[in-house]
Amino acid sequence: MARIHRRKFLKLSAAGAAGGLAGILATGRAPAYAQGTTVHWLRWNDFVPSSDKVLREQIIPQAAKDLGITLNIEMINGNDIQARTTAAIQSGTGPDVICALNNWPQLYAASVAEVTDITEAIGKAQGGFYAESTAVANDGKRWLGVPWCIVGAENSYRKSWFEAVGATKFPETWDEYRAVGKKLKAKGQPIGQTLGHSFGDPPTFWYPFLWSFGGAEVDQSGKKVVLDSKQTLESVKYAVGFWKDCCDEGGLAWDDSSNNRAFLAGTISSTLNGASIYLLAKREPDKYQTEKGTPLYQDILHGRLPKGPAGQFSYQLPMTNMLMGYSKQQDAAKKFLAWITSKPVYQAWFDSQGGYSVGATTSWEQDPIWKKDPVMAPFRDVGRGAHFPGYPGPANRNAAEVLSKYIIIDMYAKAVQGMAAEDAVKWASGELQKIYT
Amino acid sequence: MAVSDVISQRAYVAAPRRSAATRLLEDERWLAAALLLPTVILLGLFIAYPFAEGVWLSVTDARVGIPGHFVGLANFTALLHDSIFRVAVWNTFVYTAVATVFKLALGLWLALLLNRHFRGKAFTRAFVLLPFIIPTVLSTFAWKWMFDPTFSVINWSLFQLGLIHSRINWLGDPSLALISVIIVNVWRGVPFYAISLLAGLQTINPELQEAAAIDGARPWQRFWHVTWPLLLPVTMVVVLFSVIQTFADFQLVYVLTGGGPANATQLFATYAYQIGVGTGLLSEGAAVSLAMFPFLLIIVVVQLLYIRRVEVH
Repeated sequence: MARIHRRKFLKLSAAGAAGGLAGILATGRAPAYAQGTTVHWLRWNDFVPSSDKVLREQIIPQAAKDLGITLNIEMINGNDIQARTTAAIQSGTGPDVICALNNWPQLYAASVAEVTDITEAIGKAQGGFYAESTAVANDGKRWLGVPWCIVGAENSYRKSWFEAVGATKFPETWDEYRAVGKKLKAKGQPIGQTLGHSFGDPPTFWYPFLWSFGGAEVDQSGKKVVLDSKQTLESVKYAVGFWKDCCDEGGLAWDDSSNNRAFLAGTISSTLNGASIYLLAKREPDKYQTEKGTPLYQDILHGRLPKGPAGQFSYQLPMTNMLMGYSKQQDAAKKFLAWITSKPVYQAWFDSQGGYSVGATTSWEQDPIWKKDPVMAPFRDVGRGAHFPGYPGPANRNAAEVLSKYIIIDMYAKAVQGMAAEDAVKWASGELQKIYT
Repeated sequence: MAVSDVISQRAYVAAPRRSAATRLLEDERWLAAALLLPTVILLGLFIAYPFAEGVWLSVTDARVGIPGHFVGLANFTALLHDSIFRVAVWNTFVYTAVATVFKLALGLWLALLLNRHFRGKAFTRAFVLLPFIIPTVLSTFAWKWMFDPTFSVINWSLFQLGLIHSRINWLGDPSLALISVIIVNVWRGVPFYAISLLAGLQTINPELQEAAAIDGARPWQRFWHVTWPLLLPVTMVVVLFSVIQTFADFQLVYVLTGGGPANATQLFATYAYQIGVGTGLLSEGAAVSLAMFPFLLIIVVVQLLYIRRVEVH
């Protein structure tokens, strides 16, 4: 019997992987593996429970059929994924694929396997990746993960309450939003926004707020800290007035679920959030009702964050599947990633999201789902024009440190709590200098 | 041949040959070492090794997945210039000091009450332990709801009683936020004090109390001159454990505020987690974590010296 040496085996495997890729992407099917190959996929507990059900009841059996692998999906709280990832990397054992939030692929760049070939192929087949997904999953030389989706953030707002104060559509500028918010707060229906330490809603509101006034953490090179600017100062002063005039002051302590609860209970009129508020209210119309006794979801609309002097910006929550470098199932995990992200397979999960997440590639904007419910239509192209912390510089490790230390959020929080705007900006700028230099 | 000679001869012949291991174990020095070995291995694996690893990490520039190089005390020097770290140090001291004083006072009071005879004593004692038994994360989530700025049951009750006219922003106001997390820590820690001190109270001979009462000592005098001196060694040990635990507290603050708002509740442990895990800077996270060590060491040494002094007296 002819012996196959390790080097030859690797060559053959690589050739097979590259050659079979186009077929997998086109059909969503890949060659079957020997029985007993298990791919362990760690991801968050979805805010849309039906999606987790689709993964368990539909995708797992299909993976066994199409790929011949046992797919082990582990779902944990989003806040705990980083602790698990750190432990797995340091011990060199753990899930084969980890679904990362934000720019974690950049944080763990040294510990992930390169997936450039499959990612490029997926991007090509599906109209290209959004700039934000590319910024977090590509270090300029290679793909550190396969972008999975973008969780859209829009303002959920009460249509009837806005109309009652003369706003027939969602305000387009911060000045308009502030004028409307002032009237609403006077009626006991404030805007609800968080300034707490939580990974989702605080940064997705306050970073675009900063950018829309022309402020930024660093310049385009990502090396020079430019936070201490007239524009940033202007944004901080504006935030203090906006908070006082329009916002529910309890928001200083809110986490990512507090605004959902407040909105569903009818104590706030508008909040930047994923579509989960609307989707939950729609799923349980008898439970969530307006003060008039009508289903709440019929009184909810979505609107973009307003424009500032420097334009309109957004930061959406990107998710990326990282193939971990320590995984002993490199080949199987890679084929799994190509398979799960291929259109026919991804479609089932995408449909179950009902618009809560959008695809990481532009072709999903054409999906018929966006015509089903006009209230969800604003989410269709949230991926376009979205930026990640560090903008206009790269979404690198330094940007992640600023984000994880909540420095930008705390700059606004300190000013809202009474610190002079100039001092708050100086403090934040000083912290950034330490990180970036 | 004398009978005794026969017996001793037989006994000598019948005695089994002792193996080398048995002979070694019969030596007290070797036996002690053998008995200590499992403990030494456990302590070495789960305490000494992680500690040494932590010390090593703190003097390198290691990140998650990148081993790093020796950088000396650079991480500690950087901490001295870190304003968030300074806030965390201050918060940790305030948190530990205030919480410990209240836990001791309330725990002692509860222990004295539970030491009396009343109906349902056993049930009450078990019931008192509840905050300590419930997993911290679970009970902290309940507190989070109670402190919720919009749905706070505490605010609702105070409002209904006419004591407040506008809601209290428990976790949103920077100074109130620290007070709130201290309240939860006290609630959770009081049962530990109460039950431990109750055990201490039960070791005090009732005759001493009776003798003092016959001599005309009032309740307060009996407590101060009889109970308290005898309870002091136990109290010091309980305080020692509690200070260590409170100083290194993590989950309570992590769940309630995540260290916010604007780091108003940031502690050593939460900041170390934020840096080490959130940002992947393992070395700096280890340095923050290790910065606790000298403070804790001083506290522990002072307390242990005090305990020894109390015991000698």
